[in-house]
Amino acid sequence: MDGKKKEEILRLLESNARYSAKDIAAMLGLDITEAKNEIETMEKERVICGYHALVDWDKTDDEKISALIELKVTPQRGEGFDRIAEKIYQYPEVESLYLMSGGYDFTVILKKATMKEIASFVSSRLAVIEEVQSTATHIVLVRYKDHGTSLAAPKKDMRMVVTP
Amino acid sequence: MRDFICGKIKKIKPSGIRRLFDIASEIPDVISLGVGEPDFDTPWHIREEGIYSLHKGRTFYTSNAGIPELREEIARFMRRKYGLSYDPLNEILLSVGGSEAIDVALRAVLDPGDEVIYPEPCFVSYEPCILLSDGVPVSIELSADTEFRLQPEQLEAAITPKTKALLISYPNNPTGAIMEREDLEKLVPVIVAHDLLVISDEIYSELSYRNRHVSIASLPGMRERTIVINGFSKSYAMTGWRLGWACAPAGVMEYMVKIHQFGIMSAPTISQYAAISALKNGDRDIEMMSESYNQRRRFLMEAFREMGLPCFEPYGAFYVFPDISEFGMGSEAFCTELLKAENVAVVPGSAFGSCGDRHVRISYAYSIEELKEAMTRIARFIEKLRRSPKR
Repeated sequence: MDGKKKEEILRLLESNARYSAKDIAAMLGLDITEAKNEIETMEKERVICGYHALVDWDKTDDEKISALIELKVTPQRGEGFDRIAEKIYQYPEVESLYLMSGGYDFTVILKKATMKEIASFVSSRLAVIEEVQSTATHIVLVRYKDHGTSLAAPKKDMRMVVTP
Repeated sequence: MRDFICGKIKKIKPSGIRRLFDIASEIPDVISLGVGEPDFDTPWHIREEGIYSLHKGRTFYTSNAGIPELREEIARFMRRKYGLSYDPLNEILLSVGGSEAIDVALRAVLDPGDEVIYPEPCFVSYEPCILLSDGVPVSIELSADTEFRLQPEQLEAAITPKTKALLISYPNNPTGAIMEREDLEKLVPVIVAHDLLVISDEIYSELSYRNRHVSIASLPGMRERTIVINGFSKSYAMTGWRLGWACAPAGVMEYMVKIHQFGIMSAPTISQYAAISALKNGDRDIEMMSESYNQRRRFLMEAFREMGLPCFEPYGAFYVFPDISEFGMGSEAFCTELLKAENVAVVPGSAFGSCGDRHVRISYAYSIEELKEAMTRIARFIEKLRRSPKR
C-alpha cells in the first residue's frame, strides 16, 4: 500500500477510532481485507498504539484536577535525557511526557488527581530525582479543546434543510 | 386595481425545491441530505479577517468591480489553478455570489430572442435568468449514459441561427458530473464554427476528484469567447458571505461591470476583505475539505452498490445522482415518500430539469455518521418499495 493511503487511514482513525475497516475501505476506495490487514500491521508495528475515548470529565461528578509540570534537569554523561525520562514515565501517575526545546526540558502531564495527590507526587517523587533541578507545576482550569475536538461548543448544523 | 406584475415573471415556474422544503422544515428530527452548501464552517483565518475588517471600520462601498488587491489575488488564483491570465484592472468582477455573475453575464450579452443553449439537469437559476434577460432557453437533455457530459453532436443539433451562447457548469450541480479536457476539446470546433459565446459556471472547480479541473477558457481560441464564473461559496465554504467573481475579456467585462454598477454597486465589503485571506492562505483548507468530500463520495458509492441502486460515478462537486426509475414513480413522489417513511430529505431530480426525473440528488456535505444513518434508512425504504406488490 502506498504511503499516502496509509496516512489517510491513520488520519481517519485519529479523527474517529470507531470507524470500522469496512467504513475505511469504502471511504478510501480500498478492498476490505486490504484495509483490515493494513490496520493490523500498523497495530503490530505500534504505529497505532491504542484507541481511546475522549471524555469531558467536567460533565461528570469527578472533582479531580489535571496538572502540567515543567521540569528542568541535568542530563548525565552517556545517558542523555532518555534515562531520566524513563525514571519519570514509569510512574503510573504520568499521563504524558515530552522532551521540549526552549526554556525547560520536560513537560510532564499527570493523570487527573486530587490537589493533595499532585502535591505529594511532585514533592516526593519528581523533585527528588537526582537530575531534576527544578519543577513548575501548572493546574488546568478549563479544557476548551482536546484531540482536535472543541469541548466547549459542539458543532450545530445551521443550514436550511433544503437548498438548491 | 390593475395587475401590476409583469407577464415575464409570472411565466417563470416556481422552484421545484420549494414544496419539499416546506414539508421537510416541518419535521423536527429530519435527516436532510438536501443541502447545496458545504457543511464545513468557513475556515477561522477567513472569519477572523472579516471580523478584523469590521473592527477597522472597513464598512464602506468598494470600487464597482471590487477591491483592487482582491482582483489581483483572483488573477493569481486563475493563473495558478487553471493557467488563465486575466487583467485585474478590467477583466475581473467581484459579484454577489456566483449567481449574480450568471445573471449579469446573461444580461450583458442577450438581445430579445437570442437563444442560449444549456445542458440539463442543471442549477435552478439558468432558465429563469435567461428568460428575465429576454433570451430563449434551449435545453439539451443529458443522461447517465454519457455520464451527463455534453456531447458535440448534441450541441450541434441544438444550434440555430439565433443561438448566441452556451451556458455550461462542470463540476455539475445536481449530477456531480465533470467534463475533462478531452471532452471539452471536442466541443471547441462546434463553438467556434458557430461563433458562440460560452458562459462557464465553474463554482465547483476545486471539488474535482479525478484530475485537476480544466476550464474551457484555457483551451486554444476560447479565452476570447468565454465568461468564466467562479466564487468562494463552495471551495472555501463561504456561501453566506455572498461573494463570487467573473472573468471575461475586457470588451465583455466592460458591460458586465456597467450592469453590476447600476444594479448592485459593489459586492459586500467585509466579505471582500475576508476573501483576500482565503485566496492568500486557503489552499490547505481547500485540500482538506476536498479530501473529506472525496471520502464521503466513495462511501456513498459503496452504499449504493450494496443497495443495488444504479448510480454513475460522479467525480465532482458534492452530489451523487442515483437512478430511481426502477420504482416506477417520479422523483418528487419518491422524495415525498422517503421523507414520510424515513424522515430523510433528498431533492427530486426533476427540480433541475424534467430529464432529471429518473434521479434524486443526494448531497454529501454531511459527516460520515450522518451519511451512514441516512443510507441505512434509504436502504430500508427501497427494500420496502421493492417488496411492495403495487410495482
